[in-house]
Amino acid sequence: MSQGTLTTARAEGALASLSWLVFAFLYAPIVVLAVLSFNENNNVGIWTNFSFKWYGEMFQNAAVMNALKNSLIVAVVSTSVSTVLGTATAVALERFRFRGQRVYDGLVYLPIIIPDVTMAVMMLLFFAQAFRMISGLGPHLNFGLSTISLSHIAFSISFVAVVVRAKLGQLDPALDEAAADLYAGRWMAFRKVTLPLIAPAVAGGALLALTISLDDVVVTSFVAGPGSTTLPVYVFGLVRRGVTPLINAVSVVMLTASMVLVAISLVFQRDRGAKTSTAEE
Amino acid sequence: MISAVELSGVSKHFDDLVAVDDLTLDIGDGEFFSLLGPSGCGKTTTLRMIAGFEFPTMGSLRIHGEEMGLLPPNKRPVNTVFQSYALFPHMTIEQNVGFGLLMQKVGGSEISERVARALDMVQLSHRAEARPDQLSGGQRQRIALARALVNEPEVLLLDEPLGALDLKLRQSMQIELKDLQHRVGITFIYVTHDQQEALTMSDRIGVMKDGKLLQVDDPQALYEHPKSRFVADFIGEINLVRAKVVDGATIELVGGTMVRATTGLSSGLDVNIAIRPERLSLNELGEAPDGRNSIEGTVVRRVYHGDFFFYEFDTPAGVLEIKEENRPSLPRYDEGSRLVASWSPDATTVVQD
Repeated sequence: MSQGTLTTARAEGALASLSWLVFAFLYAPIVVLAVLSFNENNNVGIWTNFSFKWYGEMFQNAAVMNALKNSLIVAVVSTSVSTVLGTATAVALERFRFRGQRVYDGLVYLPIIIPDVTMAVMMLLFFAQAFRMISGLGPHLNFGLSTISLSHIAFSISFVAVVVRAKLGQLDPALDEAAADLYAGRWMAFRKVTLPLIAPAVAGGALLALTISLDDVVVTSFVAGPGSTTLPVYVFGLVRRGVTPLINAVSVVMLTASMVLVAISLVFQRDRGAKTSTAEE
Repeated sequence: MISAVELSGVSKHFDDLVAVDDLTLDIGDGEFFSLLGPSGCGKTTTLRMIAGFEFPTMGSLRIHGEEMGLLPPNKRPVNTVFQSYALFPHMTIEQNVGFGLLMQKVGGSEISERVARALDMVQLSHRAEARPDQLSGGQRQRIALARALVNEPEVLLLDEPLGALDLKLRQSMQIELKDLQHRVGITFIYVTHDQQEALTMSDRIGVMKDGKLLQVDDPQALYEHPKSRFVADFIGEINLVRAKVVDGATIELVGGTMVRATTGLSSGLDVNIAIRPERLSLNELGEAPDGRNSIEGTVVRRVYHGDFFFYEFDTPAGVLEIKEENRPSLPRYDEGSRLVASWSPDATTVVQD
């Protein structure tokens, strides 16, 4: 064996052990979390017996179930709305020219950069002011699921727009022109040509919006009203009152749910790939 | 003659840039018309205005007598073959070709019939189920053609459609395109920067530079009688020599050589004379044929090209490029030989700047 291959072998060995270290760093806490969720003891740190007790307790806990329901409502509403608006934003910025576009282009990504806390305070003040002004006109509005959903929509639009716009930027602009040249009006050109081509990015953006919504603690806790606690906010509150394996169980369920979501998106993408390759024969 | 496309006084400004400047042009029905020019000369912008992707800042544009105004592309009786082909990657070849008919709400059975005929015309019926990324460049090119022609447009617009193909394929596609145009009888407006392509295919060519149309002529007139220095230089290879008009029949070249040429221009005017390399021939000193213009000089370089010899010939009027056919009967001259180059007064084109 020459000197060169020996060095390469050593480098490969070092890289392999390094990557195992990274894996351990990333996944060891998850493993600990998952294992302890099956701990029977009330105290997280002391292992006694294997049991599903905390999972059972979780599903019977009305507060947890209510928070989960709230989370899902907010996630579904904010994801659907922000996916439509974010996609429209991306198309407007990438395919049209209008007055004030540059300013809009600069501002639309602000929610990605702004710290969560700032966003949260902004939202809180905005709703408080708006509600005061509206109550002057008669109707009395309050914080709740609607304010949470609106806030989530406000920052999710940016994420959807970024993802969709990147994909739009890769498309040959001549495709749009070809559709128009072949007698498609603007809407048909979008529906038949642009939308199918950016669909993976739209799905990706939606998934991102869904994850961020399900995940958010800071903004949500600022704009939530009585009885509108979401799951992550509820967990955060539980932790302050002391860690019990119930939190572990809830976390494992949330983790599993997000893994399933990612798996679905992967399957969806692989499916498309498979279709293309079968067509090749 | 009915005009297929009529542009009068058309200009297009992009902010401060004048892309097309006061262009007036009539393209006849059934004509194969090429817009030729270097990149940035406005030829593609002109084509895009006809297609409806851009609108003129000034002027009027008619297709078959009808003013186009701000009519969007989907309402115009033209179809385009794009430089990038712009085939829809998520559709099969069949769906691509049928797209225009579907959008025009043509019935399903008629669509499949016409698509089948169009695919047959470009000899790609066997690829109907394929997707664009499974086709070769030449096949994609032909699908782009079929997708446009299946709509039976009054005018077909082609934006450098052969640009992405290699030389051999490009040459065979040139012939195929010209054939196809004869068969379907549709007006073709063809944008290219390749003068060879324009010369071999077109009925007429419009040469553009900096947004202006410099000359519109048939290929032969354009090659033999360019009207400006730019056109002479852009079409084919040419020797351009600075000169001054002496009288109606005589011109003095830079360096003092007098040559005959009919100009009709007034004395003292600065002009250029343009001579094609293949119109020049070399002879031993004192053996230049009678009645021809001639100039003495020295061979500084000889390059063998197979079918011809290429000489660089140093004269008082500058270095001339000369092509001599490679025939056994013709002598070949060595570098350093003192010779005389001659050409017919007919082949002496006078152009102004």
